[in-house]
Amino acid sequence: MIRLRQLARAASVLITPLAPEDVLALFNPVYSSRQLRGVVTKVVSETPDSVTIHFHPGWGWKAHQAGQWARIGVELDGVRHWRSYSLSAAAGADPAITVTDAGAVSGVLVRNTKPGDVLFLAPPQGEFVLPEHPRPLLMLTAGSGITPVMSMVRTLVPRRPDADVVLIHSARTPKDSLFLEELNELADQFSNFRVTHLFTAERGRLDFGSDAELEELCSDWRERAAYACGPEEFLDDAEALWASQPTLSAGQEASEGSTLTIERFSTNLAGGEGHDGGLVQFEASDREVEADGDTPLLDVGEDAGVLMPSGCRMGICHSCLTPLRAGQVRDLRTGEVHGEPGQLIQTCVSAAAGPVNLDL
Amino acid sequence: MTTLTERTETKPVVTRPGALAATGHPLVRPPAAAHLSDEQIAELGRELDAVRDEVLAKRGATDAAYIRRVIKVQRGLEIAGRASLLVGRNKAAWVAGTAMLSVAKILENMEIGHNVLHGQWDWMRDPDIHSTTWEWDFVTPARSWQHTHNDLHHRWTNVVGKDRDVGYNLLRMDADQPWTPFNLGNPLYNAILAPVFEWGIALYDLEIPEYKEGLKSKEDMSRDLKAVGVKAVKQFTKDYAATPAVAMLTGSGKQALYGTLAANAIRNVWAHAVIFCGHFPEGTDTFTEEMVEGETRGDWYVRQMIGSANISGSKFMHLMTGNLSHQVEHHCFPDLPSNRYAEVAVKVKEICNRYGLPYTTGPLPKQVASTWAKVFKLALPEKGRFSLRQKVTA
Repeated sequence: MIRLRQLARAASVLITPLAPEDVLALFNPVYSSRQLRGVVTKVVSETPDSVTIHFHPGWGWKAHQAGQWARIGVELDGVRHWRSYSLSAAAGADPAITVTDAGAVSGVLVRNTKPGDVLFLAPPQGEFVLPEHPRPLLMLTAGSGITPVMSMVRTLVPRRPDADVVLIHSARTPKDSLFLEELNELADQFSNFRVTHLFTAERGRLDFGSDAELEELCSDWRERAAYACGPEEFLDDAEALWASQPTLSAGQEASEGSTLTIERFSTNLAGGEGHDGGLVQFEASDREVEADGDTPLLDVGEDAGVLMPSGCRMGICHSCLTPLRAGQVRDLRTGEVHGEPGQLIQTCVSAAAGPVNLDL
Repeated sequence: MTTLTERTETKPVVTRPGALAATGHPLVRPPAAAHLSDEQIAELGRELDAVRDEVLAKRGATDAAYIRRVIKVQRGLEIAGRASLLVGRNKAAWVAGTAMLSVAKILENMEIGHNVLHGQWDWMRDPDIHSTTWEWDFVTPARSWQHTHNDLHHRWTNVVGKDRDVGYNLLRMDADQPWTPFNLGNPLYNAILAPVFEWGIALYDLEIPEYKEGLKSKEDMSRDLKAVGVKAVKQFTKDYAATPAVAMLTGSGKQALYGTLAANAIRNVWAHAVIFCGHFPEGTDTFTEEMVEGETRGDWYVRQMIGSANISGSKFMHLMTGNLSHQVEHHCFPDLPSNRYAEVAVKVKEICNRYGLPYTTGPLPKQVASTWAKVFKLALPEKGRFSLRQKVTA
């Protein structure tokens, strides 16, 4: 590997300012360690509006742990968009994401992805992972919240005879239920795994209001390390139930006592509309200012004493580009409201559209 | 009474340097636009904004595919050209290699580098094709150039005393620049500059006069010197040491060196010619500082249009100039993707005609001849003017 790096350095003397990977990428797009990519190998339809996308990652990917998620970049009409998806494949297997059509980016992924496509990737991350030491587990999932848990089930159940996993999964109807067949087959085949499917269109939602229903579905739930993943409300209710039990505690290390670990995909700060303005946070400078929706963020920052990069002040020179941490901005020239975490924005022609966090 | 209320309603005086005024007019409107009222200029500004918005609405996958294709072709030519030079003892290989490398360097600097560094492709959010990450095959470091070019030149286009691109601190390119005997060498300096243009720009981007005038700090100067030093060593090593050294394996060391020298010289002469055609041909205006004081967005557009000149020609010619052949459009919309300038040009030209503003364009040989005519003419002091200046300074 070291020799390879020396060779690369020698080669770059001949092609500077390009790097060897810039040339290699002409032949295969995954040959880039600066921009991690993966090639789609297989697309499997799961339900009418969800698919599993298997991909082969290029250099720089690190193997995922069961339950982790990765940021996936896709191009929509020439523009790169990033979203986070749980990896549904077993740990050790080539990664796969299971995507349900719920917005512009996921919709395109579900409808248009085909083998051979290139996905942009960020290495897997997340703390929603299996406990270090074997323990009886209870998985509570709803809707697409099954995806990280599916990775755990696939990792644990067929390979670890000592595992003890109970899964209670809620979906609207059997047709909408992800991995229905595979879960049933696993439960038939392995005695260490038990699955209960709850179809909410027929029977209503799982009631976390008291412990009665949980008691009925899994009598020893208090002795199990619990994992929950699903919609915001589902998680809030589960958390409330655990908190109401004096002997249990929510959200702590899964390895000690009977605890609940939850995976919450925080939704992006909702962008404001029109001339909203909002609280602007300059994260690195540790400053907060209330800004109106017509003042360029550059002026807002300068007035607050933040050292702002600047140039032409009219949106032509791109000297003021600043990474957006959260929130959305309004382009003062076009009125367009835009912004995704990590996107570089021109502060001289952008105003706050709702709360905005900047990396300055 | 109405004037009074209007006055009190106008926004507070803009104090931030460079920001455009929301309403009003510059202290002096450039002569070519003197016939236009404030309302007309504001309307012209809105029309040009609309042209921009129209492109933004259309910009998408086809544009992204375009720049990626150009980059792919350029890298292919670069590798093939350099590889051919490695066996440059063979005459055909040498000619092919030199030609491919020259075209690769021209594409890299003009259609790719210049435009990526303007942020024309930032909207794709591809970190590999982005104004904040791109480095080019040109001696001056991308960051230094972005400062003098994107910020200073594009903001202060052709304002004598503010835009140092008017002559690059070396040539006398405007009659308003005071004549000194040094300027007698104008044609000579320009002829020497052309084949080593990239080194001239690297020197220019150091902003030595600004440093001497105390406008640039010592820290900034040493940072820039270090950056250009590192870059220059890399560029020099690649073309004049590493490539010939590898070519020595086939006994083509000398030929490879001549090849890279030729490719760089061809690129330099071409870039010099194209860039000089942008603002120096007959018909382009220069401006005084009074003409930008209080400038609105509309006035800014006007200055960009009457201060720039296009080059007419084929699609291939536009590509090889990095679409700087659409200098007028580029100056109005420096960060629109270059592949859109051709369609924008039709609208900009129509607007110029309608508002009675000059729209300068011409074939390359004519425009080049025109810039050289200016280089020769301004080597000498103007009659009368010279004596006037003498009197003023006396």
